[in-house]
Amino acid sequence: MIEDLQKLEKDALAELAAAAQEDQILGIRTKYLGRKGLLTGLLRNIAQVSKAEKPLFGKRCNEVKELLHTRIEEALQRQTRQKKDDILIKEKIDVTLPGRSVKYGRTHPVIQIRGEICSIFASFGFSVVEGPEVELDYYNFEALNIPKDHPARDMQDTFYIEENIVLRTHTSPVQVRVMEKVKPPVRILSPGRVYRRDSDVSHTPMFHQIEGLLVDKGISFGDLKGILTAFLKKVFGEDTTLRFRPSFFPFTEPSAEVDIRCVICKGRGCRVCGQSGWLEILGSGMVDPAVFKNVGYNSEEYSGFAFGLGLERIAMLKYGISDIRLFFENDIRFLKQF
Amino acid sequence: MLVSLKWLNDYVDIDLKADELAERLTMSGLEVDSIKVIRPAFDGVVVAKIISVKSHPNADKLSVCEISDGSRKYPVVCGAKNIKSGDIVPLAKVGATIPGGYTIKSSTLRGEKSEGMLCSEAELEIGDDSSGIMQLARNLKLGAPLENALELGDTVLDISITPNRADCLSMIGIAREVAALTGKKIKKPSITVKETSENIKLLTSVKILNPELCPRYTARMIKNIKVGPSPAWLKIRLEAAGMRAINNVVDITNFVMLEMGQPLHAFDFRFLEKSRIIVRKSKKNEEFVSLDGKSRKLQEETLLICDGVKPVAIGGIMGGQNSEVKEDTQIILLESAYFNPVSIRRSARRLAMPTDAAFRFERGIDPEGVLRALNRAAKLIAEFSGGSICKNYIDEYPQKIRAVKNISLRLSRIREVTGAVIPEKDVVRILRSIDMKVTKTTKGKYVVTPPTFRVDITREIDLIEEVIRIYGYDSVPENLPNVAVTQLTTIPRLDLEERIRQIMNSSGYGEIINYSFITPDSVDCLLLPESDERRRFVRIKNPLVEDQSVMRTTMIYGLLDTLKKNLNNGSFNLKIFELGRIFLHRRKGLPEEKNMLAGLLAGSRTDDLWGSKVNSDFFDLKGCLENIFFDLKLENYQYRSDGFEPFLHPGKSCKIFLNGTNIGYLGEIHPQVIEKFDIKNKAYVFEINLDILTNQLKKGIVYKEVSKFPAITRDVAFVVPVTIEADYIVNVVLSQREDLLENVVIFDIYEGKEITEGTKSVGLRFSYRAVDRTLTDIETNSIHDRIIRNIIKLTNARIRG
Repeated sequence: MIEDLQKLEKDALAELAAAAQEDQILGIRTKYLGRKGLLTGLLRNIAQVSKAEKPLFGKRCNEVKELLHTRIEEALQRQTRQKKDDILIKEKIDVTLPGRSVKYGRTHPVIQIRGEICSIFASFGFSVVEGPEVELDYYNFEALNIPKDHPARDMQDTFYIEENIVLRTHTSPVQVRVMEKVKPPVRILSPGRVYRRDSDVSHTPMFHQIEGLLVDKGISFGDLKGILTAFLKKVFGEDTTLRFRPSFFPFTEPSAEVDIRCVICKGRGCRVCGQSGWLEILGSGMVDPAVFKNVGYNSEEYSGFAFGLGLERIAMLKYGISDIRLFFENDIRFLKQF
Repeated sequence: MLVSLKWLNDYVDIDLKADELAERLTMSGLEVDSIKVIRPAFDGVVVAKIISVKSHPNADKLSVCEISDGSRKYPVVCGAKNIKSGDIVPLAKVGATIPGGYTIKSSTLRGEKSEGMLCSEAELEIGDDSSGIMQLARNLKLGAPLENALELGDTVLDISITPNRADCLSMIGIAREVAALTGKKIKKPSITVKETSENIKLLTSVKILNPELCPRYTARMIKNIKVGPSPAWLKIRLEAAGMRAINNVVDITNFVMLEMGQPLHAFDFRFLEKSRIIVRKSKKNEEFVSLDGKSRKLQEETLLICDGVKPVAIGGIMGGQNSEVKEDTQIILLESAYFNPVSIRRSARRLAMPTDAAFRFERGIDPEGVLRALNRAAKLIAEFSGGSICKNYIDEYPQKIRAVKNISLRLSRIREVTGAVIPEKDVVRILRSIDMKVTKTTKGKYVVTPPTFRVDITREIDLIEEVIRIYGYDSVPENLPNVAVTQLTTIPRLDLEERIRQIMNSSGYGEIINYSFITPDSVDCLLLPESDERRRFVRIKNPLVEDQSVMRTTMIYGLLDTLKKNLNNGSFNLKIFELGRIFLHRRKGLPEEKNMLAGLLAGSRTDDLWGSKVNSDFFDLKGCLENIFFDLKLENYQYRSDGFEPFLHPGKSCKIFLNGTNIGYLGEIHPQVIEKFDIKNKAYVFEINLDILTNQLKKGIVYKEVSKFPAITRDVAFVVPVTIEADYIVNVVLSQREDLLENVVIFDIYEGKEITEGTKSVGLRFSYRAVDRTLTDIETNSIHDRIIRNIIKLTNARIRG
């Protein structure tokens, strides 16, 4: 009888291992553990077992029953899990299809650069100020030491609205407007649209400038160099080489043009830098005493520096754009890249 | 300014390479834009001597020459008549190239062998003479490459001269800078003239009627001149400077202008009626034909150089055709004057004659250089045209030209401005190197007198700039300013713009930037009526093109234009916005500038090519706006369909109110406008005034308690006339101010079957909730019924069964 039991256990486990479908497993359960099942049958025949073997046989029967029961349950669970897995596999999607979302839009590259520069100067303590784009000749020119009929007016080709009203040619008039209202110290940054009567691959009649001004006691050209060097290294990288060279702006003296080593050719000379190895980045200088006089500052007591730069130019250098007009054609295929 | 180094070398010894010199000049304020190496247009041409000339046995017009280059002899067949044995000539040897791309080959001409070619000036493009073989100086070394023998190659620097450096608009001016930078001495050109006994003062006179415009006028007379082409060296000099050679007289006036910075003019004396010069302002509408052949009507303020009867030149700008030096001119009156810079600038601009002379006069020439240039030019004209210079010169100098003297300079100030400690001896050395007179007064203090040609130097700060410029900006130590910590001030609108950018970006809108100027047609395109203030443009007097001639009064035109351009590029789904200003004309003073936000939506709602394609509509754009309002925590806003923008679809547009103030509008573009733009797609736009929006921003938020108790909701559908807007019904509900009504939302809008035409069904979901208890049905019903009754009363609604 024990042998029968052992055979039954072996057979049942083998059948179970071979069973692939749920109904097969259920069939095995009925076949062995059901009311008329084989194990039940063996138990029913316990009377035929010798008295001495009876306890052992009974124990073994229960063990086999327990084992089969567990194994069948496990098999069923496996089966259920498999079924669920099968469903999931059928649900397979093509993960390579594009995601569905509200596609984000992008900020205009020039405005991105503006933000970057404003935050660098905010860290130096410069506050942002604004002024009108249609400006009085006085603020745009005269107060900045550019009298009427002065050759320096040739430096900026101007759009006129009326004899004394112009589209501002730079954001510098804002510094005059601020200094008229505020006593030193002054630390301001004035970003905005400016207009010059010029149009080609490197000029658009409208573009963006940022003008900075710092006025305080004891400010020197060395401070100008320090601030602008720190700024340009933040924008173009710590290993940027720059040079300050004398230039002329009517509202600063001494004036300096600031160049960086060409970012394209690293100074070897290329088309972008006109073979010079240097790129003009910004104009700057110590505020001319004549400008201080116009706003009622005492130039013996206070000194300061101003600088101005074109945002499109910075963006062009950073992104390798060769035609400035692209910024205002608003082709979304262009704008999406930044 | 184009500066030939070969020419420059006449005035200062240059021992630097061109690029080193360029670097030094650039770093001291004379920016070198480019360095151009000029090579002759030929190669392989040498100095050779004619040994013999025999006539060609088989051709009358040709001769057979024997030519030596010093080491070998060559047979050359030549057609020119001006050669004889012993002549030194240019020989293009076999293999040489000459202008036009010709390569010389060994050949046989009518039976005579020819190994090379003798060349004329014109053939080598050295000069214009094509009449015969070029004759070279006898002292040239035979066999030497011609370009070396004649020193034909050159390097030309293109230097940008800033408007303050009038003194550098000449070769000597540049040479002075080079001398200062390299520690060299200037070599001044000779101005010694050989005069005849005839006194100019007996032949002519000069009278200045307007000394304020012409403080100084000098003149010399040169007789017996022979006008002809200039010598090659002169032509080469002028060409290197970008000027065209004309004749020996005119070329020398130009040469001296380039050399010394003083513009000059030569009159043919025979055309000066009454043999005299009168300098005066023009009469109104006086007409004058200048050298360029153009006739111009002059305004009253223009300064004229006249003879005894008529104008003969526009002073300081251009000479007249009536007194021009011609081939048969024999006597010239040479003018060298000082004109008022402002007057010249005004006239030159008004007449649109930006001549080289005007350019120099308006920047200010050296008042003390007037006479030197006169003598220099007289000497050269006499030398190269065979003329003789009359005795004496005229120097009418009625008004002293002010020169700045004795500017105080403090060493302490140099340190304060520059931040560099420059040794006293270096300061003095630098100033003296640029011709300043420097005198020490007391400790650390000096007085400095600049040379008369430095018209830009009048103040201490100008001197400091000179010192630091030559000392070198690179030598100034960098420093971070020692300034007090201050609080940043902010512009609330700019912060708002930054926030809006983020919201618009995350709603899928990309930022664009349009020009602030647009076409005046824009308002017609947008169907704005005559009375609309947006038709009153701020106009640009001198626009580049008509399409950019007025400042925009709305952002919408630019957005539509951008849409059209993108459609043409195949970008059909467009979500864009712009932040910028519009400009409204005001009768007095500056226009009003308003800061606006405008957006445009067109095309399908999503870009997904594999998903469902649904066209976006009014509510997509409105949703975007609502995101902005939500983000900015604005609540009290309404969309009102009363009043409309002419360029918007009358049935699909509205005005936007915030706290009762109109801040802008939203809607579909009117089909007629779409048609005008020649586009097919629908487009939705909005435009909002950010200045108003900024003022309406909520200052603080007060927390409202969130209820822990459940809400009771009731759904009701009302049938109302289609003209009643959903928002109106909602407002009726809200205006009852029932505390326990937590929320009311529209959950359904239906028109069609089962609903009478002209009416629509509006489904509202009401939620009732108390903060402190669970509401009972009875309590809820009494409020709910009260609300429903009011809706019915106020809107004539009927409850849908």
